[in-house]
Amino acid sequence: MTNHFIDYRNSDVVMMIGSNSAECHPMAMRWIERGRQTRGTKLIVVDPRFTKSAAVADVYAPLRPGTDIAFLLGMMNYAIENSLYQKEYVVSFTNASYLLHPDFSLEDGLFSGFAKSADGKASYTTATWNYQKDGDAIKKDPTLEDPNCVFQFLKRHVARYDASTVSKITGTPESVYRQVCETFCSSGKPDKAGNVLYAMGITQHTYGSQNVRAIAMLQLLLGNIGIAGGGVNAQRGESNVQGSTDMAMLFHLLPGYLGMVDATKHTKFQDYIDKETPKTSYWSNTPKFFVSQLKAWYGAKATKANDYCFNWLPKLDGVDHSHVAIYQDMAAGKIKGMFAWGQNPLVGGPTVDAERKATENLNWLVVVDVFETETAAFWKRPGASPANIKTEVFLLPAGFSYEKEGTVTNSGRWVQYRWKAVDPPGDAKSDLWIADRLFKAVRKKYEAGGKFPDPILNMVWNYDHAGEDEPDIGKVALELNGYTVADGKALSTFGALTDDGKTACGCWIYAGYWAVDPELKVVGCKRRSLVDKSGLGLYPKWSFAWPVNRRIVYNRCAADPAGKPWDASRALHSWDGAKWVSNDVADFNATVSPDKTATGPFIMVPELQGRLFGAAYGIKAGALKEGPVPEHYEPMESPVTNLASKQQTNPMVLRRKGAFDKVAATASPEYPYVLTTYRLIEHYQSGAVTRNSPWLVELMPEVFVEMSQALAAQLNVNTGDTVEVSTARGQVRCKACVTPGISPLVINGREVEIVGMPWHWGYQGLGSGESANVLTVSIGDANTQIPEYKACICNVRKA
Amino acid sequence: MGGLNRRDFLKLLGLGTAGVLGVPVAASAAAGIPPVAFGYHRLVAAKETRSICAYCGCGCGLIVYSKNNLVVSTEGDPDHPINEGALCPKGASMSDINTIVADNYARVPNARRADKVLYRAPGGTEWQVKDWDWALDQIAQRVKDTRDAAFEEKDAKGVTVNRTQAIALLGSASLDTEENYVIHKMLRSLGVINIDHHARL
Repeated sequence: MTNHFIDYRNSDVVMMIGSNSAECHPMAMRWIERGRQTRGTKLIVVDPRFTKSAAVADVYAPLRPGTDIAFLLGMMNYAIENSLYQKEYVVSFTNASYLLHPDFSLEDGLFSGFAKSADGKASYTTATWNYQKDGDAIKKDPTLEDPNCVFQFLKRHVARYDASTVSKITGTPESVYRQVCETFCSSGKPDKAGNVLYAMGITQHTYGSQNVRAIAMLQLLLGNIGIAGGGVNAQRGESNVQGSTDMAMLFHLLPGYLGMVDATKHTKFQDYIDKETPKTSYWSNTPKFFVSQLKAWYGAKATKANDYCFNWLPKLDGVDHSHVAIYQDMAAGKIKGMFAWGQNPLVGGPTVDAERKATENLNWLVVVDVFETETAAFWKRPGASPANIKTEVFLLPAGFSYEKEGTVTNSGRWVQYRWKAVDPPGDAKSDLWIADRLFKAVRKKYEAGGKFPDPILNMVWNYDHAGEDEPDIGKVALELNGYTVADGKALSTFGALTDDGKTACGCWIYAGYWAVDPELKVVGCKRRSLVDKSGLGLYPKWSFAWPVNRRIVYNRCAADPAGKPWDASRALHSWDGAKWVSNDVADFNATVSPDKTATGPFIMVPELQGRLFGAAYGIKAGALKEGPVPEHYEPMESPVTNLASKQQTNPMVLRRKGAFDKVAATASPEYPYVLTTYRLIEHYQSGAVTRNSPWLVELMPEVFVEMSQALAAQLNVNTGDTVEVSTARGQVRCKACVTPGISPLVINGREVEIVGMPWHWGYQGLGSGESANVLTVSIGDANTQIPEYKACICNVRKA
Repeated sequence: MGGLNRRDFLKLLGLGTAGVLGVPVAASAAAGIPPVAFGYHRLVAAKETRSICAYCGCGCGLIVYSKNNLVVSTEGDPDHPINEGALCPKGASMSDINTIVADNYARVPNARRADKVLYRAPGGTEWQVKDWDWALDQIAQRVKDTRDAAFEEKDAKGVTVNRTQAIALLGSASLDTEENYVIHKMLRSLGVINIDHHARL
């Protein structure tokens, strides 16, 4: 999130798209409601289903799953056509004025540079996805009138998405759509704040990254980023998905969003430095972050002479190693051993029957969890014959959140400390204890020899707590926070990091979270002061927000180029003629006059300005795999042909193999309905924990499929009847829930029925049931490989 | 929020917030507050611990009440600025993971919890109970055998890669940040590149 939950009360208008906060992030509703009471905040909910959030919305707009890009581009069109965008913000803070390469084009769904090889492999050369240069300088037209400037391109691009076309693609009635546009674009006035909330409904598509970009572009046009009450706010689905992502529990990253070393790009230390360090933006400090991380990991062994042990890191091979790739490699017999550590993929993974089958190929599986999950019990799942499954399985019992101590980072980047209430039951141990003991057990094996033992034998691992069984969380936290090597003292900011081995820091963005607050005498993440001088709910002394305790990022944008807040009642920074007066930690150099920072507020991108066009410019360029701007494509499975172009689906998706690549043909008569999956308030993710809570199982006992009254009548189905839902990947049985909350949508003149299923169930637990993910698609976003859980096509019949 | 937060309320009652011994009803009446008995059982002699909800990414504050090393109740932390004491059904039921309500209304440990180290042999039809030392040693041996058998020092182009592709880890957004950090370090020290977690699910 650029902002944080309490800040929702500062919004004039909130648009929730691809998120059902009332069920999935209930406290979001508290702060929207507070805004409504205090400043008349308007709530727009855009969702295929009339959700609990929609029930309290001022405007509810239904849309067909997978059509968010058309919806959002159409809103930009409305803002530009009606001059509702915030022109001064756009000119000063974005790349709207940059001139584009004259050969850049988009024709019939494909951008310039597209090619298809003889074997059908699609690729783009991105030479034209760039700016015109005059020497080192980018050519610009601050009047925004040059036909080659980003703004004029964007104007032409979004003009194809007029309200009538958008309505035909999305199924949103045109009058409702216009109401959404009018209500949300009212936040384009300089003194108004509009806020977009999203979650997996936006990201879990084959163009999920472009969905997010579309939101960011809309917010830039309306001047809604970097201000109180605004923002691009991704609501995170787990208590620590922010923290675990920050720690790079992902193949392609190192902690702190440093790119993972890759043999196809970085054969040597200097390659990494050269190719990962942009000339401009805060990422120009990458060598300080990277060297300090190597120093934290390898300690005294890491020296300048040996490139800080660079070769001790494994290198990627230029290809995908995300969730689906892992299961595909398991099915192919390439992966022999696996840890499912606090995750239950055999309910949560896409095309999950194929994943369950692939798991049988493992030699060994270690599951670390608080209950016996479906993943742990895969060998005795319904239909399996345990005697034929050779996999050895270890189930290691773990402590629950309040049975250990440590921090979790919420969606608003608040790093909050959890104190320990009780010991884990029986032989269960904290995950920290398990990781510590397991690493030591492996190290012991390598003390007797083995392949390339150096990183295992030399990794800094000194978390023992004298006289205690549990490792010392403070020692881990200090390493993560960073310290000066000479004296071991905690750093209070990443500004102190160096690239010469004098500082060590596990994750640069966490620098300061374990530094003692001089006034409160506790480390940053343990603070519990409710001081809020701003009156905006920033609570700067409650926990610690990364980076550097900044509560709203890109906050230079909260004031105009001259330093005057766009809205005095929501001021984050104000130039008084001699100095800045700030409510939040400045995201810019606050020791210089406003003109010096007026054109560089987006400090993490090489342009230093917000990207209305994601050019292939510089290191950490904005260009995505399938283009520099979003363009509407249909989901991999769709009931209709694409109305926006001849290009039916995202041309850059990575196709999978075998069972992981099964998709039905467009408008397949076998699968006439659109299926979307979602979550409920009573359960959490795969239900591994909540389906073992008697209270929650009583509240929400079993899986169901929601359908419209019209579809139910057609199928002769009543609520409570058992139905079979099938897709090209499998079928499940569950009860029908017939509801007025879902209605068929008119897509280009034809009615399309939508059905929805929660995905929390599996064959284990106090409450069990069939898994919706048996039905879902494994093909994912071309950039992130997040699977397209949110849209596929299905059939439903009475069982 | 009114002018009176929970801490003030307890102070008015003449109570601290930890290890409370008895509710002086007369004192609350004297303070002009109606005598109340709700919460009595969880407050008396219970240890209060501040925590953060284990579920979604809102980051709501919780107070965990425990006695005899068992959780007896959880409630929203009224002093927490995000949830101001409120909780959703999941947050409100967090005590269930440690203890559940038995037929006689007493709280007893949740018997469904994984609280033993379990092992299932190849082709086995049942779990076997093991101890930690055995399991850690066995797992370490398998990690080493698998890693070493598939270890790549150099790739086809001769670039030093020091990796194994035969081991994978699917990690967790429910673990603490510090735990994720050390697990990441451990994986990279082993040369593991197959890593993913909930960010995609």
